Amino acid sequence: MARAGLWAALTLLALPVLAGLAGVLGPAFGYLPALGRSTVSLDPWQAVLAWPGLGAAMRLSVVTGILSTAISMALTLLIVAAWQGTRSFQWITRALAPSLSLPHAAAAFGLAFLIAPSGWIARAFSPWATGWELPPDLLIVNDPWGLALVAGLVVKEVPFLLLMVLAALPQSDSLRGQMVARSLGYGRVMGWMKAVAPRVYAQIRLPVYAVLAYSMSVVDVALILGPTRPPTLAVQILEWMNHPDLGMRFQAAAAALLQLGLVLGVLALWIAGERLVARWGVGWAAGGARGIAADTVLRPLGAGAALGIGLAVGLGLAGLLVWSFAGLWQFPALWPDSFSLRVWSGQSAALQRRLWETALIALGATGIALALSIAALQAGARGASAALIYLPLIVPQIAFLPGLATFALILGVDGTRWAVMAAHLVFVLPYVYLALADPWHAWDRRAGLVAAGLGAGPARVLWAVRLPMLTRALCVAFAVGFATSVAQYLPTLLIGAGRVSTVTTEAVALAASSNRRLIGVWAVMQMALPMAVFAMALMLPALLFRRRQGMQIG
Amino acid sequence: MQKILQTTALVALTLAPAMAMAQDVRDWPAIKDAAQGQTVFWHAWGGDPRINAFIASVGSDLQARYGVTLEHVRLADTADAVTRVIAERQAGRDTGGAVDAIWINGANFASMKEQDLLFGPFAEDLPNWPLVDTEANPAVLVDFTLPVEGFGSPWAMFQMVFEYDSARLPEPPRSLDALRAWIADNPGRFTYPQPPDFLGTSFLKQVLYGVLDDTSVLMGPIEDIDYDAVTAPLWTFLDEITPNLWRQGRAFPANEPALAQLLADGEIDIGFAFNPGRASAAIADGELPATVRTFVFEEGTLANSSYLSIPSNAANIEGALLLANLILDPEIQARAQDPSVLGFQTVLGMDRLDAEDRARFDALELGIATLAPDEMGTGLLEPHPSWMTRIAEDWTARFGTGQ
Repeated sequence: MARAGLWAALTLLALPVLAGLAGVLGPAFGYLPALGRSTVSLDPWQAVLAWPGLGAAMRLSVVTGILSTAISMALTLLIVAAWQGTRSFQWITRALAPSLSLPHAAAAFGLAFLIAPSGWIARAFSPWATGWELPPDLLIVNDPWGLALVAGLVVKEVPFLLLMVLAALPQSDSLRGQMVARSLGYGRVMGWMKAVAPRVYAQIRLPVYAVLAYSMSVVDVALILGPTRPPTLAVQILEWMNHPDLGMRFQAAAAALLQLGLVLGVLALWIAGERLVARWGVGWAAGGARGIAADTVLRPLGAGAALGIGLAVGLGLAGLLVWSFAGLWQFPALWPDSFSLRVWSGQSAALQRRLWETALIALGATGIALALSIAALQAGARGASAALIYLPLIVPQIAFLPGLATFALILGVDGTRWAVMAAHLVFVLPYVYLALADPWHAWDRRAGLVAAGLGAGPARVLWAVRLPMLTRALCVAFAVGFATSVAQYLPTLLIGAGRVSTVTTEAVALAASSNRRLIGVWAVMQMALPMAVFAMALMLPALLFRRRQGMQIG
Repeated sequence: MQKILQTTALVALTLAPAMAMAQDVRDWPAIKDAAQGQTVFWHAWGGDPRINAFIASVGSDLQARYGVTLEHVRLADTADAVTRVIAERQAGRDTGGAVDAIWINGANFASMKEQDLLFGPFAEDLPNWPLVDTEANPAVLVDFTLPVEGFGSPWAMFQMVFEYDSARLPEPPRSLDALRAWIADNPGRFTYPQPPDFLGTSFLKQVLYGVLDDTSVLMGPIEDIDYDAVTAPLWTFLDEITPNLWRQGRAFPANEPALAQLLADGEIDIGFAFNPGRASAAIADGELPATVRTFVFEEGTLANSSYLSIPSNAANIEGALLLANLILDPEIQARAQDPSVLGFQTVLGMDRLDAEDRARFDALELGIATLAPDEMGTGLLEPHPSWMTRIAEDWTARFGTGQ
C-alpha cells in the first residue's frame, strides 16, 4: 500500500508536467484539433520570431534569472558564513523565516511601494534632504533592465535558500569544519567558505536550480516589478495565452517551448559554471589565504544584507497596510492626512468569498499532498525518485501549464474548483514532501522498534507512534503546503479559466491598476491567510502536548 | 399509439419556438415571470472599485425588485467576454452560455454584432426606453460609427476630460497644440496608458482629431484610405512628445486607474479619463486633493456611450433584460450620476421624467471638479472601430518593444 502511495505521488508529479509539455508541443507546431487545426506547420514559430520584442524579452529572462539567483546565493552564503553559531544568527533566521510564508506577489507589491519615486523611501527624505516637492522622474519600478524585478526576487529567495542551507548544515559537519578552519588561523567567513561551503552547496543544488528556473520564468513578480516594453518572455506568453483571439495560443505554445529551452540552456550554463568555480576553488582553498581582515568588511556586509532584506519585506508590507486604510496621502507626506475603513468595507463581501475559495482549495490540495507525502516517505522514497519531486519546480510553470489548460478545456473541467485544486497539488506536493522529509528521516527509529517489540504492526507503529511523534513536523509541512497553494497565481488563472478567483489572482489582477489602497487590502489578506495557518501550526502541537513533557521543545 | 406519439412530438416541436418567445420583450410580465430565481452573470470591466460597488448596489435592487440575483464577473478586458462567447459558439453551445450580459462598446460591440452573437433587437422595446433622450443625444444610437439598432441598451454617456491639480498648474493647455507645447516645456509631467489599453488608444484617436486636416476619414473603415500617408502626422506628433513624456517614454502606465494613481502621487500634472465625474468622485473618496479640476480641448474631445448587450446564447436572457431595464430606471441613473458614487452622465431626458424623478437629478450637485454641461464643449464622434485596432497594433510595433 505504501509503495502504491509512492507511485501515486510520483505519477501525480510527473504526469501533469509531461502531459502539459505534450499539450504544448502540438499547438507549438500548429496542431490543435479542438481549435480546428490538424496540420503540422512552423507558422507559430514564425509568428514568435516576427515579434519585435523577442530578443529583448529573452535577454531579460536570462539576465534577471541568473542575476537574481547568483545574488541570492551569494548573500545567503555570506550571511551563514559570517554569523553561523552566534546569537545574532538565530535572530536573523527567526526574523527572515516568516517571509517564507509570504506570497511572492505580496512581497513585490510592498517593495514596489517602498522603492518607487513616490514611495516611502523617497518620502522619508523629501523634501528636507532631497529638495523634491514632487516625485523625481526616475524609472525605478518596471525599469527596462529588470533590476527592480531582480530585487523583488532576491528578497524572497534569500530566506528560502537560507532555510535550505540550515537544513543542510547538520549533514555538513559544519561546526567542526568551521572550528578546525579557525584553529588553523582562518577568518570566520574565509574558513566557512573554504571548509563548509562546498559540502553545503552540494546538498542545496536542486533548490538552487529551482530558484534559477523560477526566477527566469516567474510571471506574477514580473508583472508587478518587471519591464513592460517589452515584458519578460514569460509575461508575453501569458498575454498571448489570454488574447481574445484563440489563434494566439499557437504562438503562446511555441514561445513556451522556447522558454523551456532557455531555462534548460541556462541550467546547463550554471552547471558548467559550478564546474569552473569548483576547479578554481580548489586552487583558491589550497592557496591558504586566511582572510582574517576580510571579516571586518564581510561580517557587517552579511548582517547588512539580512537587515536590508528584513526591512524591505517588513516595511513594504507595513506600507501596504497603511495604504489600505489611507485617506488622502500626497507626496511627500510620510503619513496619510486621514485614515478610513472605506476600502476595507467596500471589499468585505468580495474578500469573504475569495478567502473562502482560497482556503478551500488550499485545504484540499494540502491535505492530499500530506497524505501522499507520508505514503511516499513510508515507502522509502530516495535518490532518483526523490529528485523527481523537483520536476514541477524546475520545469517552468509557464512552459507546461498552457498545455495542461488546453487538456482541461478539452475535458471540460476548466474553470472548476476541483481542477484548480488538482493543479495546485502538483506544486504543493513537492514543498510538503521537502518540509516533511528531514524530520521524517531524523525520527528516532528505536521508538518504532520498541513498539514493534510490544507487538505493534507497521501500520500501528505509523499511526500510533511515528505520526503522533511527528505532529509538529506534520503541522509545519501542512502550513508550508497551505502557503504554497495560496501563493499560486498561474495555475489558478490558467486552469481556473478566470472563473476561479483566489486572493492571489485578485491581488495580481489589481497590479496593473496601481490602486495602492485596493492592492493593500488584497496583499494584506494574501499574507494574513498563510500566516494565520502558520501560527496555528505552531500553536496546535503546543496545545496537544501541554501535558507531555517529552514532546516539549528544548 | 404511434400516431399519438408523433402528434405529441409535433406539438412539442411547434411549442419549442413559442417557449423561446417568452423572451418577447414586448410581453414584459412574461419576462418577469420567467426571470424569477435566475442568476444573471454580468461581464463588466472590474478595474474600478467605485464602479464595482455601484454594480453591487444594482444587484441588490435587482434582487429586491425582481428576485433575480446579479453576479458581476470582473473583467480585466471586455474582449475576454467576447472570446468566451465565440469559444462557446465554436463548441456548438447555442443556449445556456456563461455570459448573460456584457458592458460593451466599440470594437467588441462591432465584432459581436457582425458575427451575429447578440440577442435582439431588444433595447427600444424596454419599458424604460421612452425615458431615453434620443433627440438630445442621438449619439446613443450610433456606437463608433455603427448603428446600434437595438442590440445594445445605452446606459451611460462618456466624454474624455483632462484632469489637473489647479494648485500646481494654474492654467492648463486647452488644445492639442497647447498640450504639445506644454509637454516640451514641462518634460516628464505627462503620459498616457500603454496601447492597446482602451484609454491609451483613445488618446491616440484624440491626437488624430487634432493633427488630421480632414477628419472625415475617421468615420470610415481604415481599409478605405492610404493608411501610411493619412496617419503620418500622428506618428510625427508622438515621436516629438515621447522624449518629454513621463520616464522619457521608456515606461507607460497600464490603464486608466494606473494613470489616475500617477496624478494622485504627483508624478504627472495632467491625467485624463472618459468619465467627466471621475475626478469629483475621487476627491470625495480622498484619493485626489480638492484642488483638482477638469478641462476639455477647445476643438472638442472624444465622446461615446456604454451599452449593455446580451449574447444570443445567454442562459438567462430574461434576467438580463430585467437588468437592462433596471439600469435605465431614473433612481439607478440618478445614483450613477451622483458625483460621490460615479458621476456618470445619464442617458435619460429630464423632460421625459415625472416630477419626483426629476427631483432626484435636481438634488444632485455637479461635483467640485466636474464641468457643467455647457462647459463640456464639442463631443467628437468615435472613429470607425478598425482605427482603434490598427493604430494600437502600430503603436506596439513602433513604441511598445523599443527598450
